[in-house]
Formats: sequence, structure tokens, C-alpha cells
Amino acid sequence: MIGVGKIKQYSNVLDKPLSRGRQEVSLSAFAFLFSELVQYSQTQVDNIAELERRLEDAGYAVGARVLELLCHREKGNRRETRLLGILSFVHSTVWKVLFGKVADSLEKGTEHEDEYMISEKELLVNRFISIPKDMGAFNCGAFVAGIVRGVLDGAGFPAVVTAHFVPMEGQQRPRTTILIKFAEEVLRRESRLGG
Amino acid sequence: MAPLAPKTGDAVFASIDRVNAELFTLTYGAMVRQLLTDLEEVDEVNKQLDQMGYNIGIRLIDEFLAKSNVSRCVDFKETADVIAKVGFKMFLGVAAAVTNWDAEGTSFSLVLEDNPLVDFVELPDTCQGLHYCNILSGVIRGALEMVSMKTEVTWVRDMLHGDDAYELRVKLLKQVPEEYPYKDDE
Repeated sequence: MIGVGKIKQYSNVLDKPLSRGRQEVSLSAFAFLFSELVQYSQTQVDNIAELERRLEDAGYAVGARVLELLCHREKGNRRETRLLGILSFVHSTVWKVLFGKVADSLEKGTEHEDEYMISEKELLVNRFISIPKDMGAFNCGAFVAGIVRGVLDGAGFPAVVTAHFVPMEGQQRPRTTILIKFAEEVLRRESRLGG
Repeated sequence: MAPLAPKTGDAVFASIDRVNAELFTLTYGAMVRQLLTDLEEVDEVNKQLDQMGYNIGIRLIDEFLAKSNVSRCVDFKETADVIAKVGFKMFLGVAAAVTNWDAEGTSFSLVLEDNPLVDFVELPDTCQGLHYCNILSGVIRGALEMVSMKTEVTWVRDMLHGDDAYELRVKLLKQVPEEYPYKDDE
């Protein structure tokens, strides 16, 4: 029979060699799956804030695992310990692996010291999503915000991460900005470590 | 205009937008874990995954037909081959093998050697009844229903349960004659 004997079995998932992360699936497969995740989540909540929180939770679970995986595979078991280091890790390494490109921009908030923004003209998860009028400011980017929070939290940089639509002049669709607001302790530690 | 030649799974897969399989795998995992937390019962999770797959299947068939140029299959045998070689390849990037036909030619097995859903996955003792990939059976059932075939799709082998491959059994229950979705007097 076809297939038999070809597959090596491992008694434990940890014995299995780590994939190199080159495998791909079709974007539609992901879009279908994500759409089911959103639709299912909608049945479990009463309002938009809860819906975003659920998507964020799902993203968080992804982020925590991505950090572990990428630190091991891409960084030789090293993890960033400084604020700018971890931010650029998210903006470049994580984005490149998950979304196939580095994020469009990483900026520091102008009004608050503890805020940073990662912006994307067309976030992958929002590509096939249109928000009904009655759902207001709901943004499926909450899922990506969750991924970012999962990565940051796992690396010891707790933060509140939210996704927002930002209208762009001359563009039909708004871009999505992931707003990262670090916890106080992170900034205190950062200033103690010095520049 | 002459009908376009059907494309191979590889050709379609090469020509469409793709994403990293790990994002897909981890997202699916996150979803299954949420279901386990919400629904508590493993059987309920199996059911929900199957339903989600069905929802996907009834939409996915449109994209499949549009992009693969596959037209009407002459028999169930051809359908099986198209699912395995074109359908699986086009969406998941891996092809399946068709085996174990029954004598009547109404049921077959799809054997997956490579399954992007299960990277990093290990089932804990409490989830032994979970068909982790149950979404796939729903997808096949939903997609085939949209092309007039009522099927029953069940798991035969599952590597997460210690088997040596993933095997899905697809059984044709009946061919539904095509009907207009509306009546004249409505």
C-alpha cells in the first residue's frame, strides 16, 4: 500500500526534528480557517470587546509558541533582552516568518514614552475581511495584536497590545496599526540597563 | 471558447498566494484549544470541528473549481483522484494517496503522508477521543455536497493516536440529482 513504511514514527513530539519552516499552505486555506475562527468566536460573545479579546487570546497562544520556535531556530537559542531588540525581533523576524515580509513600519509613539507602533498597510488577516457597519471599530487585527503580546510576554516584556484602523490619505482601505503599550516595569528595567 | 485544460495540483499551488504553514498550524491549534476549553467534551469538539470544516467546504469548492479548471468528473473514482491530487495539493500543499477501494467503487481511503495541521501536536491523555484533524473530514463532506454527492467521511488511522499514517474513509451515500434552488411559483 502506498505510504506505508515511509513515515518515521516518533514516540514523542519532541524527538521529531524541527521543521525548517519552509512549508507553505495556500492563503485561502488560512483565510477559510481564520474566518471560521472569527465566526465561531462571534457565537461565544455578546459584544465587540469580548470578540476582540477572544481573537487576541487565540493570537496570544500562537505568539507564545512562535517565540519559542523562532528563538530556537533563527536565533540559536538566544532571546532579546532589550526593548529595541525585542521590538525589531517582532517587526522583522516574527513578521517575516509568519507573514512573509517585514512589517511596513515600526515607530515610537510621539505622546507617550511607553508606546510603540507596528503598522501594516494590508494586514494578512484583514485582507479578506470587511467589517459590517454595526460592528463599528472591530478589527480582526486583534488576532495579530495577540500574537505580538504573546511574543512580548513570553520574552519578559509584558505589554498591552491593541489593533487599530488608521485611515490613510489617498488609500481606499485603512492601514492597521498594532499599538504596543509596555508595562511600567519594562521601562524601569530598560532605564536601569541604560543605553 | 474551448474549455481550459484542467491544471495539476502542483501548477495551481505554484500560481496562488501562499502563507507559511506554521502560522496555519499554530492558528488551528489555538482554535482547537479554545474549543476544548469552551465545549469541554471531546465529542462536542469533534462535532464542532466537523461543522467548521463543512462550512469551509461549501465555500471552498467554488474556489477549487474556478482555479483548477476541473470540470465534471465521469465517476467517483475520478472524483477521488481529483480530491487527493488537486484538492489537497492546492490548499494544503500536500497531496494524498487514494487506496482501499471497496468492490462497489463507492468508498475509498485518502492516505496523508504529510499533514500540515499536526506539526508540534501531541494529544494529552485527556484528549484521546479527539479527532484533531476532524475539520478535514468536514471540508471534504461540504465540498462534495455542493457538487451533488452526499458522503460520509470518517477517520480510520490517525498518527496522533499512534497509527502509521492519516487515513480518511470517504463513502458515497448517494448522488443527489441537481435541482434549481427555487421553484417557479415562488
